[in-house]
Amino acid sequence: MPRSSKSTPIRVLIAKPGLDGHDRGAKVVARALRDAGFEVIYAGLRQTPEEIVRAALEEDVDLIGLSILSGAHMALFPKVLALLKKEKAGKIPVFAGGIIPDEDARRLKKAGIRAIFGPGTTLEEIVTTAQRLARPAA
Amino acid sequence: MTVRARVPPAARAIQKGDRRVLARAISQVENGDPAVEPVVRALYSKTGRATVVGITGPLGVGKSSLINLLVAHLRDHGRSVAIVAVDPSSPFTGGSVLGDRIRFDRRADDQGVFFRSMASRGELGGVAARTRQVARLMDAAGFDIVLVETVGSGQVDLAIRDVASTSVVVLVPHLGDEVQTLKAGLFEIADVFCINKSDLPGSDLARKDLTELIALGATRSKWRPRVVQTSTTETSGIAELWSDVDAHEKFLDSSGQRAVDDRRRLSVEIVELVRERVGRELTDRLDRDPALRKVLDEVVARTVDPQDAAERLERGPRRGR
Repeated sequence: MPRSSKSTPIRVLIAKPGLDGHDRGAKVVARALRDAGFEVIYAGLRQTPEEIVRAALEEDVDLIGLSILSGAHMALFPKVLALLKKEKAGKIPVFAGGIIPDEDARRLKKAGIRAIFGPGTTLEEIVTTAQRLARPAA
Repeated sequence: MTVRARVPPAARAIQKGDRRVLARAISQVENGDPAVEPVVRALYSKTGRATVVGITGPLGVGKSSLINLLVAHLRDHGRSVAIVAVDPSSPFTGGSVLGDRIRFDRRADDQGVFFRSMASRGELGGVAARTRQVARLMDAAGFDIVLVETVGSGQVDLAIRDVASTSVVVLVPHLGDEVQTLKAGLFEIADVFCINKSDLPGSDLARKDLTELIALGATRSKWRPRVVQTSTTETSGIAELWSDVDAHEKFLDSSGQRAVDDRRRLSVEIVELVRERVGRELTDRLDRDPALRKVLDEVVARTVDPQDAAERLERGPRRGR
């Protein structure tokens, strides 16, 4: 089945796994992506990896963005990736943002997180990367 | 070739309950991908079993929270539910934030629920047609109930009537006096009025106002719209809301109104499809046919009026082509 063409909006799921309650960053990113023409499915706070993967599949998204500040990224991100693979949806690119130490970021990238944005990243960089991840040919 | 052999594999998968294929087909409907057309068409004969309920109302009245509780109520009674939540796209960038999922909490392993967010993407008529197709796909996938959530602002809600057999209009206390209700255009489409946030003061007055308006108004059928008070913070009125929806559904069957509504909806849909097709064809012909381009020149020069040109276009010089 052919994937959506270049002219159709990119659908992205923005979710916050885990227990921290700070979603300002996720909301700012959601808004920037919207302004860049994305359709952002905002799943909000305190999502389990199972909920995130289920939402991604039901919404048939092109891309998943995870935001985390709690420090539980080493537990939760690989879980999301593993569940996606289990559902044969390992091809959906996952990017992340939040407070993630460099050493962890390296390991997460090796595990399959396609991009990681720390503090100081510009919105433009996030948007461009998201576009590239969702539509590599574009 | 047997009929069965012509059913696309995706259609069969959707009927068997494959959620990934359903999700993908919905995307294709949204994108106007012609590849989904045989799937939608093959599944048409399998639709008409689900109860399709529209939930509409202004921004911030608590539609999503209400749907969350309604789904929990329906799941407790063993009914499977699919939800399509339509939110507006930005007319400037085409982007959108679809946030209806935030209010939605349920077990991640519950296979009896399917939630899909949809952006309105452009013109109004298109939303209604796409929403109808999505609701049909969900129907064919075997869900007992399909809930269609839309932001109520005039014309989109009228489109809801062409998709849902029962329409719930959600309001809140102090939204304005009864004149506002008359203006809002929501009045005509409601089978059930739901006054949400009824934990707030003013709910009883809103109920009284609405009830009086209903008593005064001429209704489309013998159904007199119900008014129900709900609160999602106190979780009250949810069972009553559903029983009002149910009462309307039963009325549709017992009165024969369902058949009347169905005929009306489907005839509108057929005419729309023809209009769309003919419109495309005519636009094409107007572009390519030199004789017709000349007519257009004359209209531009004010020597032929548009009405006359339209008649000529309708007759269409098909000779030799």
